[in-house]
Amino acid sequence: MGTMTSKRESGTVPNGIGRSVKRTEDARFLLGKGRYTDDLRIPGQAYIYVVRSPHAHANITSLDASEAKSASGVVDVLIGSDYLDDGLGTLPCIWQVRNKNGSVMAEPARYPVAVDRVRYVGDAVAVVIAETLDQAKDAADLIVVEYEPLAAVVAGPDAIMPQAPIVHNDAPGNLCFDWEIGNRAATEDAFSRAHHITRLDVINSRIVPNPMEPRSVVAIYDDIADEYTLHTSTQNPHLVRSLLCKSVLRIPEHKVRVVSADVGGGFGVKCHLYPEEVLLTWAARRCGRPVRWTADRSETFLSDAHARDHVTHGELALDSDGTFLGLRVSTVANLGAYLSTWSASIPTYASAPNLAGQYTTPAIYAEVKGVFTNTVPVDAYRGAGRPEANYIVERLIDAAAREMGLDRVEIRRRNLVPSAAMPYATPLGPVYDSGDFRKCLDMAAGNADYEGLAERKQDALRRGKLLGLGVSCYIEACGVSPSRANGISGGRIGGFEMAEIRFNPDGSATVFSGTHSHGQGHETVFAQIVTDKLGVPFESVMLVQGDTARIAFGHGTVGSRSAAVGGSAIVVAGERIVAKGKRIAAHIMEVDVEDVHFEDGEFRSRGTNKVMTIAEIAHAAYLPINYPLDQMDPGLDEICFYDPTNFTFPNGTQICELEIDPQTGHVELKRFVVADDFGRILNPMIVHGQVHGGIAQGVGQALLETVVYDADSGQLLTGSFMDYAMPRSCDLPSFEVSYHEDSPCTHNPLGVKGCGEAGTIGAATAVMNAVLDAMSSVGVDHMDMPASPSRVWRALRAATSKLPRPTASASATAGNGNQVGNAHGE
Amino acid sequence: MANKVSLTVNGRSVQREVEPRTLLATFLREHLGMTGTHIGCDTSQCGCCTVLVDGDAVKSCTMFAFQANGTSITTIEGLASDGRMHPVQAAFQEHHGLQCGFCTSGMVMSIVELVEKYDGLDEASVRELLDGNICRCTGYHNIVKATLAAADVYRSGSAAATHTDTLLRS
Ligand code: FES
Ligand code: FES
Repeated sequence: MGTMTSKRESGTVPNGIGRSVKRTEDARFLLGKGRYTDDLRIPGQAYIYVVRSPHAHANITSLDASEAKSASGVVDVLIGSDYLDDGLGTLPCIWQVRNKNGSVMAEPARYPVAVDRVRYVGDAVAVVIAETLDQAKDAADLIVVEYEPLAAVVAGPDAIMPQAPIVHNDAPGNLCFDWEIGNRAATEDAFSRAHHITRLDVINSRIVPNPMEPRSVVAIYDDIADEYTLHTSTQNPHLVRSLLCKSVLRIPEHKVRVVSADVGGGFGVKCHLYPEEVLLTWAARRCGRPVRWTADRSETFLSDAHARDHVTHGELALDSDGTFLGLRVSTVANLGAYLSTWSASIPTYASAPNLAGQYTTPAIYAEVKGVFTNTVPVDAYRGAGRPEANYIVERLIDAAAREMGLDRVEIRRRNLVPSAAMPYATPLGPVYDSGDFRKCLDMAAGNADYEGLAERKQDALRRGKLLGLGVSCYIEACGVSPSRANGISGGRIGGFEMAEIRFNPDGSATVFSGTHSHGQGHETVFAQIVTDKLGVPFESVMLVQGDTARIAFGHGTVGSRSAAVGGSAIVVAGERIVAKGKRIAAHIMEVDVEDVHFEDGEFRSRGTNKVMTIAEIAHAAYLPINYPLDQMDPGLDEICFYDPTNFTFPNGTQICELEIDPQTGHVELKRFVVADDFGRILNPMIVHGQVHGGIAQGVGQALLETVVYDADSGQLLTGSFMDYAMPRSCDLPSFEVSYHEDSPCTHNPLGVKGCGEAGTIGAATAVMNAVLDAMSSVGVDHMDMPASPSRVWRALRAATSKLPRPTASASATAGNGNQVGNAHGE
Repeated sequence: MANKVSLTVNGRSVQREVEPRTLLATFLREHLGMTGTHIGCDTSQCGCCTVLVDGDAVKSCTMFAFQANGTSITTIEGLASDGRMHPVQAAFQEHHGLQCGFCTSGMVMSIVELVEKYDGLDEASVRELLDGNICRCTGYHNIVKATLAAADVYRSGSAAATHTDTLLRS
């Protein structure tokens, strides 16, 4: 990049880019000194308990809070009619999707507290404010709500049946939108020429993101200044402020400060405006007291946005040698009872444009119906739409390979976009800037010893096990997002990121970023970038994040964007620092600015031996005595709003090997091998960690996690960690992670693509393809997630060939079946 | 009706009045202001709240505060000493065993018990023994690595010598 010429190799600067620098943020967490929202103690604080609907669908016929209001310690009880009386607004969706006929989607009102009707179990009906949490809970029991129960609908496909109960009167047929993308005629034509058509119905199960820190909100109102401070566990403080001010409170944004300090995991579920954020801000003003609320885990299940929940039919058209000719996908996406912040965008623009995958499929058409049901709203979760696209594409490919008798890796190889074709425009819009898909596939297949699979299957059979190997090649549009792309697709939000580098007079640097780390290690990685590019010692760089009063603007951390967009903003701000520094240096050194050269933190003038460090320049900028005041302002503080010109496209191959015990249905992961292309790697240690965690979440969906609603009553049956199975240490192997850096992103100054979601996007598919590889050998070729023991065991009852039992000699040596594949760990 | 409890927390003796329904986790966070111990669930499934009670790792949400009367409790805040991290803490930093940090305090306390009480830990046994602590961020890979590294330090009996370089930064 222009001004920052450097001849050194990447990875050679101590604590710079490419080094596995240990994390700066670790010490406070390891010492128990994290600063999570629930750790705040505000003088005069009162506690909030939210009373929630026990019905999936009901009219509220009466609500009597009088006894609760006079209970011991109660400050106030607020209900829907109070909210209406105060003239406050509804929670918006920030994406407006259009129907096939060009009309806009249905956007029924979402109040933070039910006004006259509840639409899911967990819908808020009253807010109790009391001196202690126990008093608030006790008083909640005294509120008398009379409900007139209505029929409920919980499954997406049921909601669009003619006789289905209607969730919103202003969304006829429960349809939010009926959307399409792609070239229907060209796709029909491709199918008419096909040698073979593979058809598949899959359910992408509903899951709950469940970061370990439950959501937490503290709201403070200053009646003298008429200002609010909202501490909230969000990934996206500026978004919370904008939506809260514009759509709900209808007050100017400078009156609200949103602070998001340490956040205990996000994974997309904390990037929305939530009803509780609205309710607490409102309650703080109504009561004139700071108020606080933290979800119980059971409340998390009822009030955090859920994820996925697609019912999809897919068809792949192939010619006789396995070349993909066309792809057709039709999905019913369950949106839950209301539109959440991003929800309309997830099954549409965040998902379908990724259907080309890594392949040259020339004709693709997809349609998605978004439907309302009496369930918790559904929104983004790690991968957000891209895991769903990957799942249908990669399952179709495996099914096609089985049907046509082709090798799974070979059929993929045959159809990959070759690296020579980059940049490559897919038929649905995305233009891949770079990537060597074949390289990742070959690396993963080699590391997983794909060649030796048949032998391992035989060995497993002797031990009475069914061994399966699953492949998933993923690609994802990340680095969200070019603002113009948002606008074209109905987004009501920009996609740029802001960074400010403020040098202090002593030469240390404070970086302000609009992204938000809730585990990703930005304090470390962003300091590495500044150290690398500006030569400031790593210890002299500090990151400020998560505070709308300190940071000019931002779009938070979602869509694997922090390095690609937030990091790029830092690089450009750094270039501006260097440009200004050169002019200051030229003045002081009495040379032409063209002769000043910056490298490794020093400004040198060519042809003389004059040199100034960047710290000396910073000092001169704040003590401008010998300074070109007629040409520029004092100070060394530069800001960049970086709007990316394209998405980034992280890609790679994941391979899972597992064994099924047909006696119990238990699936044991033996190995999990991945090869990724994330462009340039800023901190390998952190990247590995992101991949590990991502894989675990994908495996969780594939084998363990699932949301179950009772179809008649609409009750959530999996409402706690007792009945919702989270992946634990004993469910997972160690992971074998590798990457290459040979196809960096071509349109951002760091060459990075992003790594936060990759693990999750491919993992569920790789596991399910492995489960089906194992089961298809005995004639079972369909299964939906999760492949839990009872479901696998039941599915195997339909086996058409004999299930294996351990042979006498094998069972004697099968004692170490629990060993996990650590030998190949990175 | 309040109960009087008197116990030692991180070497400091404390006396408080508590309601019978007050959980030990709540007591630590709300009554003593020690927010290093976290609450991640309401069914005693996640392990975020793990502390040592007389040397045993206990989920502090499974105990009433009054039941801790007379005990000696160690929380995450009390693990480092003389300005140095405990070997388990040091191993977590060295091997990137934490991301968001929320499960970390409970995870570290459980592992302190493991490395102190078990000989011959290997990957499989660590994975079995840690199944009471949920981490949503790390996929456990680096937690297992950190545990085995800390166990090595214990086994070689050179805890202090090996980790003298890990100075506290706060
Ligand atoms: S909070 Fe104690 S186990 Fe979850
Ligand atoms: S580090 Fe986030 S839950 Fe474990």
